[in-house]
Amino acid sequence: MSAGVGRFEMDELRLVVGAMVILSGATALLVVLPYMLLKDEPPPPGLKPYTAQQLKGRQVYIANGCVYCHSQQPRDIAQAPDAQRGWGRAPVAGDYAYDTPHLLGTMRTGPDLLNIGARQPSRDWHLGHLYQPRAYTPGSTMPPYPFLFDVRQGAAQAGETVVTLPPAWSRPGQVVVARPEALALVDYLIALDRTYPALPPMPPLTKATP
Amino acid sequence: MDFTVGILLTTFLTSVLALFVFIASMAKGLFGSGGAAAVQIFDDGEMGTVEDPAATRAQRGSLQRAMDPGQHAARTSVDVAIRQRADQSSSLVVGVCLTLSVLWLVLASLAGLISSIKLHSPDWWVGMEWLTFGRIRPIHLNLVAYGWCSMAGIGVALWLIPRLLKTELVGARWALLGGALWTVGVVAGTVAIATGHSDGLEWLEYPWQADIPMVVGGALVGFPMWLTLLRRKVDHLYVSVWYIAAALLWFPILFLIANWPDLHFGVQQATMNWWFGHNVLGLWFTPLALAASYYFIPKVLGKPIHSYNLSLLGFWSLAFFYSQVGGHHLIGGPVPSWLITISIVQSMMMVVPVVAVAINQHLTVLGNFRALLYSPTLRFIVLGGMMYTAASVQGSLQALRSVNTVTHFTHYTVAHAHLGLYGFFTMVMFGAIYFIMPRVMKWEWPYPWMISAHFWLVVAGFGIYFVGLSFGGWYQGLAMLDKDIPFMDSVRLTLPYLQARSVGGALMTMGHLVFAVHFFMMGWKFGPRRLGAALLRPPVLLPGVGRGVGA
Repeated sequence: MSAGVGRFEMDELRLVVGAMVILSGATALLVVLPYMLLKDEPPPPGLKPYTAQQLKGRQVYIANGCVYCHSQQPRDIAQAPDAQRGWGRAPVAGDYAYDTPHLLGTMRTGPDLLNIGARQPSRDWHLGHLYQPRAYTPGSTMPPYPFLFDVRQGAAQAGETVVTLPPAWSRPGQVVVARPEALALVDYLIALDRTYPALPPMPPLTKATP
Repeated sequence: MDFTVGILLTTFLTSVLALFVFIASMAKGLFGSGGAAAVQIFDDGEMGTVEDPAATRAQRGSLQRAMDPGQHAARTSVDVAIRQRADQSSSLVVGVCLTLSVLWLVLASLAGLISSIKLHSPDWWVGMEWLTFGRIRPIHLNLVAYGWCSMAGIGVALWLIPRLLKTELVGARWALLGGALWTVGVVAGTVAIATGHSDGLEWLEYPWQADIPMVVGGALVGFPMWLTLLRRKVDHLYVSVWYIAAALLWFPILFLIANWPDLHFGVQQATMNWWFGHNVLGLWFTPLALAASYYFIPKVLGKPIHSYNLSLLGFWSLAFFYSQVGGHHLIGGPVPSWLITISIVQSMMMVVPVVAVAINQHLTVLGNFRALLYSPTLRFIVLGGMMYTAASVQGSLQALRSVNTVTHFTHYTVAHAHLGLYGFFTMVMFGAIYFIMPRVMKWEWPYPWMISAHFWLVVAGFGIYFVGLSFGGWYQGLAMLDKDIPFMDSVRLTLPYLQARSVGGALMTMGHLVFAVHFFMMGWKFGPRRLGAALLRPPVLLPGVGRGVGA
């Protein structure tokens, strides 16, 4: 109160200024610098923008939290055998030019999916696998997504996509029809294909002048 | 000059410069106060007197005998009245925040337990969209982070502020409004995730519409602290005030930048994501829990912390190093390598603040371990402090490329996250709440055995949880690195460990239920004994001092 009013102000001032300077530094380093460096990074020539349908599927992927078990960032062969599992080459920043929000993921309860479209291009497989993963991968711990499908007795109507399940898992007289969300999600999964070369082709070598 | 070399060199020079500035200010005594600030938490003549409102009368007697059996000069009635008025001034807002936090804790635990079971029993409870693993898991994380941890941390901080500044809390209604807005945000965000409207970023799932009340609410809960600081009646700011003030300043800024719509993109968004993801731990939760342990450990024991200057070194180095470690979540990812290198280096540098805290807290307790037998508060907080050291050292090691290559993408990381936010933060909050609530309610905890039951359930449960998941995650990581082992084997081998985690999680949830039931029994003033004003000796109010006591 009485003695050393200046001291009080010093303490608070040091605190606020110090805390803000430190936070600004970290933000500059981890948020602003990457922003400036990557803002104008061109997408690789082999990467196509998502279609409206694929983006709809991407929203289904986000809504159902696929990212909590699947990464989308194969590691370099020097670090891990991801390429040998068929997950693809190590990605570069440009591979994610159209990926907002990013879905890099931090967990591999299931496999990496950055190139699942190249690895498993079958629409039927994906639909059936989403309906019941264990019909295709014994021992899988992936949840089934029955709410993305309609299960009915009788036949499907015209224009509907019927899910063909392995014989052991299909019931006679029962038909499983994919809902639009399931179809969109599968379109997105099949579009996940970054197998094009990461870098543009090298320009022809010219003889160095001495 | 190569850009990468340039940025690394700049960072290095800045860090060295900061270190010199820091050493210089230490030498010049800019942190000065030293011992004077350390004893600030005691009234004249109070040192040597234990305080733990969660202890029974018998426990308190044993605690006092274990610590300092001698005779003490009594506190003056003025000091007693000031402390009482400080406690009174915050009791409503603290009571509200802590009650909400306990409710969130129970809901968050149930969401966590459901998620855990689903990981090893994927065909359980699959019909409802909102219960699918990919939704209930982020619901669990967000309820823990923004429901339980944040609300508990805010409540404890608001209770500490008037005590530490020896004055009444000014403008508590702003904090009440802030807490209400925050709660609106948490409810809206949780509903958004459940209905499939998540933003898709870990730790940032709530859509921006739910974030607005949280940013505003977060700023508002800090408001009374600044108002109270202007009227403080102490010469020096105790280290807990530094931590609390900085945290309340940092969080709204972090949360605002991270959630700004349509600003971040692609890989830049990933670096931003982990800048936030780690800063919310390092600059929000950690400071709040450290503030609490820096107050309660010496207060319960009745002796000041080992080294006050060291505690400030810990504060500044925590702020500096912790704020830059986020990139270690992206090791092996498509991000600039200089960013990852800086984060790994700063992760290792985190050893500095951790050792500072460890020395201070452990040396303060050292030689007084008998006190843990008698003080429920201390039991939780000292265990939490140990878990802080463990989690931090583990975190530094995990940032090393060689270790990270194994543990990244596995359950090991999940176990580590729980060591920090549960083993450390949550334990400290439990201890703090056991201390605070008798002062807020003017009522003793009705059934001491329930405190013990709570403690042993969560300790046993968390032990099983952590050990099981760490081993399972490590083996999972090793299997994933061996190209000759099919991926499915890395899934299969984790099953028994995941089941163990569910057992541990169930015990923890039971512990939380015991805690919540006890909490509300106290709220309704159950139980055999009434404590009155919960003071060791009745206060004598002086004329003019007693004004405004009623809350």
